[in-house]
Amino acid sequence: MHELSIVSSLFGTLLEKAREHNAGKITLVKLKVGKLSGVVPELLESAFDMYKKETIAENARLEIEEIPLKIRCRACGTETEITTYTFFCGSCKSPDLEILQGTELFLEKIELEIDEPSSP
Amino acid sequence: MNKKEVIVLQDLLGTNKKIAAEIRGELERRGILAVNLLSSPGAGKTALLEQIAMRLKTRAKMAVIEGDIETELDAERIRAKGVPAWQITTGGACHLEAKMIAKVLPGVDPDIDFLFIENVGNLVCPASYELGEHLRCVLLSTPEGDDKPKKYPKAFTTSDLLVLTKADLLPHLPFDVEKAKTEALELNPKLKIFVTSAVTGQGLDELLDYFWAMHQELQSSHA
Ligand SMILES: Nc1nc2c(ncn2[C@@H]2O[C@H](COP(=O)(O)OP(=O)(O)OP(=O)(O)O)[C@@H](O)[C@H]2O)c(=O)[nH]1
Ligand SMILES: [Mg+2]
Ligand SMILES: [Zn+2]
Repeated sequence: MHELSIVSSLFGTLLEKAREHNAGKITLVKLKVGKLSGVVPELLESAFDMYKKETIAENARLEIEEIPLKIRCRACGTETEITTYTFFCGSCKSPDLEILQGTELFLEKIELEIDEPSSP
Repeated sequence: MNKKEVIVLQDLLGTNKKIAAEIRGELERRGILAVNLLSSPGAGKTALLEQIAMRLKTRAKMAVIEGDIETELDAERIRAKGVPAWQITTGGACHLEAKMIAKVLPGVDPDIDFLFIENVGNLVCPASYELGEHLRCVLLSTPEGDDKPKKYPKAFTTSDLLVLTKADLLPHLPFDVEKAKTEALELNPKLKIFVTSAVTGQGLDELLDYFWAMHQELQSSHA
């Protein structure tokens, strides 16, 4: 359940970004989560719902894009999507692989509502 | 009121990775090889460290950082072997993070050769957090069953070593060593595998020789 500590640090970033842009509300938070990131999207969602209460992200929508795990073989160059956690090249069976995507865990973008500067 | 989209592209574990890289750099300057031990609760991490402490005494200096949710018990077991140990109690968190190690590090003797970090007993969450280690070592004890690599892939895909512990119990268990090895290698073909017992001492010299060789390599590359 390290999703809780991930979401807790995510909120640190969110509030910082909102302040930077003078935003009164955060309406969307978009994450990219690789299949081999080690986190469970559903648990991120529950942690997010817990943390957002009484913050400016209270009504924010959390969007999670899951990234499949893809590798490239260093021996023959073939790219394979790994679905079974079997780390061999799909073509020549070489174990010498480079992970192209699927380990990421990042905050891609947010959408904010900016307060109008109050007229003097 | 207007809407604004802000592209952030920030790694959610980025802060941890940054601190881990600083720790690794600091350890390398001091010529210390760090090993992060991961396993489910009770797989035998502390028992393995007790054995390492007894065997390493004559040829190297080591220290241990113990991570547990509560209690000083594991650090006390290590100290009883004459090795300095620091206990981190996470108070609920299921894994160690680099910043916890960074807090303890200034107190650790800079002249040691090895720093062993025993993570919180959990085969899932610790795998996502680098601690500045040079070697990540996952333990799988024979009573847990030979199907664990496939069930908890991340711990195995991110580790450098797999230690199959409690080998003395094999005669009493349906654990298939070859199956566990094969399936672990499918997840991570680069995994070095050792079969050990803290009771009979099986496999411990091979494991220590490996740690020692990695330590020599570290020292020669940062001399
Ligand atoms: N038979 C046998 N028992 C072992 C071996 N290694 C550890 N044990 C026993 O397994 C139990 C757990 O060992 P620990 O070393 O405390 O395990 P741990 O991984 O440090 O546990 P946590 O820190 O609680 O996650 C103890 O009762 C040990 O005596 C072994 O090689 N053979
Ligand atoms: Mg222990
Ligand atoms: Zn290939």
